[in-house]
Amino acid sequence: MEIAGGLHTTRFSEKIREIYGGVPVMSTIGSFALLLALGLSGYCFLVGLLALLFSTHSASGPIGETARRAGIAAFAAVLLAAAVLVMAAFNDDFSIAYIFHHSNRELPAAYKFAVLWSGQEGSLLFWSLLLAGYGFVLRLRYKTDQRLFAYASVIIAAVQVFFLLILNIAAHPFGIIQGGLPADGSGLNPLLQYPEMVIHPPMLYLGYVGFTVPFAFALGALIMKYPGEKWIHITRRWTMVTWCFLTIGVFLGAHWAYAVLGWGGYWGWDPVENASLMPWLTGTAFLHSVMMQEKRGMLKVWNMALIFATFLLSMLGTFLTRSGVISSVHAFAQSSIGSWFLVFIALTVAVCTYFLVMNRSHLKSEHKLESLVSRESSFLFNNLLLLTLCFTILWGTFFPILSEFAQGHKVTVGPPFFNRVAVPVALLLLLLTAVGPLLAWRKTSIESLKRNFLYPAIGALAVGGMMILFGVRPWEDPSYFYATMAAILAALVMFTVISEFLRGGRVIAGKTDQNLVSAMVQLCHRNTRRYGGYIVHFGVALVIIGILGTPFNREVEKEMGFGDKISIGPYTLVCQSYTQDDNPNYGNEWAIIHVFRDGKQVTTMFPERRFYKASGQPQTLPRIYPSFRQDFFLVSDLYLVYEGKNDTTGRPIIKAHLNPLVPWIWIGLIIMVFGTVVALVPNAVVVRVAATSPLRTPAHVGAGD
Amino acid sequence: MKSSTSGGQISPRRYLQAAALAVAVVVFLGAGDNDARFKDLGHRMMCACGCNQILLECNHVGCTYSDKMRDQLQTALDKGDNDDLILQGFVQDYGPTVIAAPTASGFNRLAWVMPFVALGLGITFVIFVVRSWKNRPTPALADGIMIPHGNEDVLDEFRRKARKETDL
Repeated sequence: MEIAGGLHTTRFSEKIREIYGGVPVMSTIGSFALLLALGLSGYCFLVGLLALLFSTHSASGPIGETARRAGIAAFAAVLLAAAVLVMAAFNDDFSIAYIFHHSNRELPAAYKFAVLWSGQEGSLLFWSLLLAGYGFVLRLRYKTDQRLFAYASVIIAAVQVFFLLILNIAAHPFGIIQGGLPADGSGLNPLLQYPEMVIHPPMLYLGYVGFTVPFAFALGALIMKYPGEKWIHITRRWTMVTWCFLTIGVFLGAHWAYAVLGWGGYWGWDPVENASLMPWLTGTAFLHSVMMQEKRGMLKVWNMALIFATFLLSMLGTFLTRSGVISSVHAFAQSSIGSWFLVFIALTVAVCTYFLVMNRSHLKSEHKLESLVSRESSFLFNNLLLLTLCFTILWGTFFPILSEFAQGHKVTVGPPFFNRVAVPVALLLLLLTAVGPLLAWRKTSIESLKRNFLYPAIGALAVGGMMILFGVRPWEDPSYFYATMAAILAALVMFTVISEFLRGGRVIAGKTDQNLVSAMVQLCHRNTRRYGGYIVHFGVALVIIGILGTPFNREVEKEMGFGDKISIGPYTLVCQSYTQDDNPNYGNEWAIIHVFRDGKQVTTMFPERRFYKASGQPQTLPRIYPSFRQDFFLVSDLYLVYEGKNDTTGRPIIKAHLNPLVPWIWIGLIIMVFGTVVALVPNAVVVRVAATSPLRTPAHVGAGD
Repeated sequence: MKSSTSGGQISPRRYLQAAALAVAVVVFLGAGDNDARFKDLGHRMMCACGCNQILLECNHVGCTYSDKMRDQLQTALDKGDNDDLILQGFVQDYGPTVIAAPTASGFNRLAWVMPFVALGLGITFVIFVVRSWKNRPTPALADGIMIPHGNEDVLDEFRRKARKETDL
């Protein structure tokens, strides 16, 4: 029996079955672990709740402690269940129905690991594992504030119980195949057999699930009428890390769509894509508005509502993916668990609303605004625009259902709707992203605004002017108009960020005799949150620049035999040959295309078409060539798809896209992540004055002083 | 310089050239126009195969609908049908979900209006909130001391100095 390296691993599970007389051991262990996790989480929730309800009783402390420990143990149980499922995938244990449906013997090891989140049941288990992991960390750090953490722990346990109930009852991942043991599995969906699919879902789930933590703290703080803003300080890092994961998840999803689906785009306004964007938007609004609560004690009710909404939208996203209520390329098979989510969402709304209403007096804050031109009002408008975008997407996503209810038939709400409605709002938001950082708290004089705004505004207008000089005619087509506006505003954001760094850097350089670069690094380190935020804004501007190239996309489709040519933009593509290959997982066929520019060969591309043996499904795999070397700032992606053969002529069809600026989207993401990491770094402590006289022991202060 | 006119008379050759040019303009303008309309209409419809992609962007292997629908669109354009007629034809053949965005009529108009209504209401609400917060009196300190008002310029000057010193 060999297990290491995945060789002959099937024999391992078969041996185990033999040893235990045909009993499906892996499935039994997994099922038991899930049941145990449910029991422990249920205990953590119920006993923890009792300990909080009767907190004056002397036994509440020790009992509450048992609940905390049960929560920690639940993590171990869920981890065991997940480990068993992964082992079953590696061992090709097709007696487990989930493994049979989502794996096959020749599936590469990385994808066997990804089997955990590739199907309905496994991904719910993965969700549960991440939640248990977050709960584990939270329960270990309980000494920060025992009572608040106890509330948060109970709320997380309640969410955990919900997921474990589904796993144990409605979507059991360890169900057994009836009849004889299948020789091989059905294989993983070809669309998921791509390296990013090993990273994208975990990132997205870490984001979705992670919002449970700030939600639990917020609800806990509301229930216990927690004084002050400490819960915000405690959850700030959680929220930022979670937001960062969600950002990475959303963008990786977009990149996956670009690199795998082969339609030349990265965002199709699919309901499931929308579902991931909605909590991102409300989470972003929360990250901004929470600063008003920290600095000015304002928007307490609003912040509670925002974090509740973010959590609920995360749940809604999961509901959309799994209920089959809305058709989507991402959706799992239609199943009954949608109703579970509906009930859970309704219950959560009821609980949150009840405590918001009952404890509203606790959230009273003294709102006093000194000026309309202030950071506070910019945050208010920023929140308004983010929520309007969120509402627009929610509205568009659910309108087909509304239409069916009102008109008796569904309508499609696709990209033309979202592009026309969401883009103007997004542009307003971009304007605010540029202006907001220039506004001071409380009040900004128009004079200082003019001073700080002048050069960035001139620079941004110059960018617009250059676009017109290069032949973009914003008055000819709405899409060109939006592209020009987006370019101007993105440039404005970038120039304001740069000017803020330069301004602060010069002050420090002047006082400390450092060069400007190290002064800017020090500036950043002194207020990491602020300058990290600026870096994130810079990344967002780059993403917008990447998106605004869309109206200038070009595409050509042609049957290409040996030696045939296609011209697209500055490129000439020459078909060298077609070739085939075969491996145990799939057979493939690819084109060999030489790419010429200005008469010189710049690269050779190999657009590919695969045929997966286990699932019997074909799949195209585009190839992408970004022109950084030739164009840099105006980089374009040359994107080739081998679409297959013409049924009539038998000749291969190649589709070429030229997508300007797209690579900036992915670079923008990297900068956004970098900015978030900077914002997470603790501020440097600035020591300004050296003590010149010895410290004296302070005199004791008497009572009443 | 050789002229094709003699005594104000235009030669038959010139007529032929003009006619050829007119035909070419009509043909090529029409072709260019049809290409643009093909692209526009193709992006206003979904592929009916259930892949949830825009008709001209559906490229999944083995799609049994997209090629047929593209041919149908091209045929309708060649026939000279107007956009509405073409879209109606597709709705009849594939159902209302073939149109990629709600129409701007009847109940569907609500889809387009609501986001802007929400934005308008939101802006009104935020302006109302900001104004009401701005007009609130400064709270009195616990021991009854009121911060003196009326000297905003002095306060602004202090703020400016404070920011200059601290706003890094």
